Amino acid sequence: VSTLSLCFRINRRSGGLFLQTKMAAPLTLLVIVAVTIRAVLFRSSLAELISERVEVVSPLNSWKRVVEGLALLDLGVSPYSGDVFHETPLTIYLYHFVIDYAEIVCMVTDGITAVALYLAVQVYNKNVFRKQKYALEADRYPHDCLELMQTPKELFYVPLKVAMFYLLSPFTILSCVAKSTCGINNAIVALFVLCTIKGSALLSAIFLALATYQSIYPITLFAPALIYLLQRLYIPVNLRRQSFWLFTLQYAFMFVGSLVVIVGLSFFLLGSWDYIPSVYGFILSVPDLTPNIGLFWYFFAEMFEHFRLFFICVFQINVFFYTIPLSIKLKDHPVFLMFMQIAIISIFKSYPTVGDIALYMAFLPVWSHLYRFLRNIFMVSCVLLACSALFPVLWHLWIYAGSANSNFYYAITLLFNVGQVLLVSDYFYAYLRREHHLSHGLYLKKKDGSEATLVLK
Amino acid sequence: MGLLSDPNRRRALTNLLTRLNTPICVLCYLAGVAWFMGLAFEPFTLRTYMSENAMGSTMVEERFPAGERALVTAREFGAHKRKSGAMPVDWLVKTMQSRGLEVYTQSFSRRLPFPDENKERYMVRGTNVYGILRAPRAPRTEALVLSAPCSPDNSNNQAVGLLLGLAQYFRSQIYWAKDIIFLVNEHDLIGMQAWLEAYHHTNITGMDWAPLHGRGGSIQAALSLELSSDVVTSLDLVLEGLNGQLPNLDLANLFYTFCQKQDILCTIQEKLQRSDWDSVSGYSQAVQTMALMVLKQASGRPWGDHGLFLRYHIESATIRGINSFRQYKTDTTTVGRLLEGMFRKLNNLLERLHQSYFFYLLPSLSRFVSIGYYMPAFGFLAVILLLRALDLWVQLGALPSVTEDGVGSRALPLQSSSPSLVSILTPVVISHLTGAALYTLPVLSQELAVQHFPVSETEAVVLTAIAIYTAGLALPHNTHRYSSIAKQGWRVLKLVAVLYLAVLLSCTALINFSLGFILALTLVPVAAFVTPHVPKVLSAVVMVLLAPGCTLLYCVFAFQELQEAPVSLIDGWMLFLSVISQGMLDHALYGSLVYPLLALFIYPCWLILWNILFWK
Repeated sequence: VSTLSLCFRINRRSGGLFLQTKMAAPLTLLVIVAVTIRAVLFRSSLAELISERVEVVSPLNSWKRVVEGLALLDLGVSPYSGDVFHETPLTIYLYHFVIDYAEIVCMVTDGITAVALYLAVQVYNKNVFRKQKYALEADRYPHDCLELMQTPKELFYVPLKVAMFYLLSPFTILSCVAKSTCGINNAIVALFVLCTIKGSALLSAIFLALATYQSIYPITLFAPALIYLLQRLYIPVNLRRQSFWLFTLQYAFMFVGSLVVIVGLSFFLLGSWDYIPSVYGFILSVPDLTPNIGLFWYFFAEMFEHFRLFFICVFQINVFFYTIPLSIKLKDHPVFLMFMQIAIISIFKSYPTVGDIALYMAFLPVWSHLYRFLRNIFMVSCVLLACSALFPVLWHLWIYAGSANSNFYYAITLLFNVGQVLLVSDYFYAYLRREHHLSHGLYLKKKDGSEATLVLK
Repeated sequence: MGLLSDPNRRRALTNLLTRLNTPICVLCYLAGVAWFMGLAFEPFTLRTYMSENAMGSTMVEERFPAGERALVTAREFGAHKRKSGAMPVDWLVKTMQSRGLEVYTQSFSRRLPFPDENKERYMVRGTNVYGILRAPRAPRTEALVLSAPCSPDNSNNQAVGLLLGLAQYFRSQIYWAKDIIFLVNEHDLIGMQAWLEAYHHTNITGMDWAPLHGRGGSIQAALSLELSSDVVTSLDLVLEGLNGQLPNLDLANLFYTFCQKQDILCTIQEKLQRSDWDSVSGYSQAVQTMALMVLKQASGRPWGDHGLFLRYHIESATIRGINSFRQYKTDTTTVGRLLEGMFRKLNNLLERLHQSYFFYLLPSLSRFVSIGYYMPAFGFLAVILLLRALDLWVQLGALPSVTEDGVGSRALPLQSSSPSLVSILTPVVISHLTGAALYTLPVLSQELAVQHFPVSETEAVVLTAIAIYTAGLALPHNTHRYSSIAKQGWRVLKLVAVLYLAVLLSCTALINFSLGFILALTLVPVAAFVTPHVPKVLSAVVMVLLAPGCTLLYCVFAFQELQEAPVSLIDGWMLFLSVISQGMLDHALYGSLVYPLLALFIYPCWLILWNILFWK
């Protein structure tokens, strides 16, 4: 153990500076490559095709609707009159100023997301590494767990891989080329993650409020952020401790305060509360049943009207509900909890697009050390790949050829979502399993001395 | 979920699948082929039935009387056509007007990417003439189309004559609730393409056409008529359309029902149905019919003028009159009554045909195989690819040390393969570049080839394609010399290739089952057996024989054989060359997807597999 920790220490001493300076060049290169791909696609004839794909744009974030809203705004009509526009007021005012540079804005938001994730993961890895070193020095890990340790060599490229997974993921590229406003939401969430991991409670609360303001669902990220900030201040999560409640109230106050400010600002910009039903009502009550890669449209298209309210509640609670059990189970691992929450939101939200998926998939390299414990990764990635290819095929058969019908398309949607759920739960299992091994040793023995295996039932 | 989460059971399953991989794969292949052959066996198929309520019973009385007059008109039309040397537009306009239709013409022109030697055309100029019979009983929001191609030679005059005769008769009836459009299109499919694009305000293929001045409602169904003799022995129904799309099965049912009612012999794939399904010859007839349908569908080309309607969501079929030496003859009046009956039924439609199947194979006109029955045949073949992929994955994971459910395997497959990611990327990229060259170069380089070699443009295009195809075999050998190779690189490459092929074939099979199935029949064995360790020369020969190009050659021979027109080797080769040029033309003219699919995806995928064979 001592030699290993020594080697860690040396690595760390030389690596600290190295980490900061040497990685800027590949990151810049990566951004340039990503921008080039997007610029080429923007100029090609594919851009129009992509911007009409239901997998890429939803009624919430399609560029066509933004243009429509802007036109209404310019005419002096409320953009929310009519049933087309569902962006938040701040977004429309942002686009009001940069409408001529929309493509650049899309690329810049993608860049911001990638850099924010890059920095966040860098800090996170540094913390993980430090924690691991202290634990090693305190001899807290069982002796056969050395091979579970994350080495600096492994950690070194992780932030770059995260940025790469986000910028070069076909999902992000499609979403960016379609000028979907999903990119903005992703950027806000990424900045929120960065600020939280950096430990700035105020900025974290502001960005969380912004993300919530944009699409409601990120409110579930309140729990991991709070846990993370508490952990940073060495305040134990204990309901009987005063310091816990003090900080929680403080953070909640900052969050609610900034939310009130943002909502108020929107009211003053537009001079009406029109946007509340038009944005949040639209998200929560799911009136638009255009097919997408989510689970809502088919169910609610098939359902009898008088069950609708009940099932809307069930489906929406589904998104928020996982926060409680996950927060309890993962209360020591807030960043992983954050990943889980982002994934759950993008799977179960009412109007998901591939841009949302790209955000949580960008986190996968951070958990590459869990690879050995993943059980279904091969099967799941095959399913996700096949489904991504089948989406356009079945859409063609349904809409253009007229020979298939909505059931075919929904079958693939369902499979795609099952694949995602399996992926996320697999990572969840692997994470818990690694933690279990870290406290109980890698080679588990049953009581009678024979080799034991862990089974999730 | 027990199977997925319990490591012991998982390991047992994985062991089973890895140990018995080859036998299972062989079994699956045999099962796939056997299943497919079984589809034509009558007890396994379903009897066709009319699903559409609006067309349920055949309580229509057909009264079309004017078969003889139609033939007179046909002869008149033929005389005018001979005189003017092309379509007698003025005569057609006058005749249609005299029958009380709203008549319009549309001119179009199209330059083919290279001369079409089969039909001897390069610069195509023509005119479509169509007359609209306005619906007296309903708002004019829907329409039906009856079309007859006007071919340059002497054939098909009777179809135009009958079309005009029907127009006159239909005009005097009062029950029409849909506009009926009578269309005479010149230059068969090109004219049809021009008319359809103009009707729907789209321009998919970059063709020049004049906009239409008159329009009916949205077209619900269309029939295309081909008649070349005064009497027919049987009527043949052609269903296969662009990219293997088929019309709703109810249209075939409708045709079959009326043939029964009018006592007309009806065939599909020009094969008469036999009643003795339990005899060998009866079964082989059904297999031949189905195999012909599969081959035609796989070609992705429209096999009649109806084929282009399908793209616009319009159910359509071609009815072709066959005159053979059989005793039994049907006169034009009866054929006219058949069409009248079909149109009256279609006139009753309340919505588009959608009740019945869109995915089917027909071993005979009265029996069909639906998607649920034929997909397993493809499924068995596709499963082989998945099993091989799983096997490779396990091998990749198991190499460094024994995997015991995550515990004890330090070297991660991803890590060991990460240096080889670059080395596997090279063959993948090079293969696709070759594919892109195969797709673009032949048409682009025809002038260059014509200047330097004594060949015609068409030959130049086809021969360039074959040359690039062959050159592709030599190219990727060199790639891995300058790429760093991990020892297991080929496994990763093969995993990629196998999964890629699986996704490609399943997407293809969904859109065009026949094409997917035929490709799977030849490519799946290649993908399953190829490794760098099999005997090189023998495997190379087998691989070339199972390549997409050779598959096409076999298909040409099989098609001729099934049509009872077997060809010699030389003729077969010439036919093969013309099929290639036709495929490219179909892509350029009508947007058929078979050629780009083969050139841009299937061929590169095969090249990757070829590359694995020569991996050092």
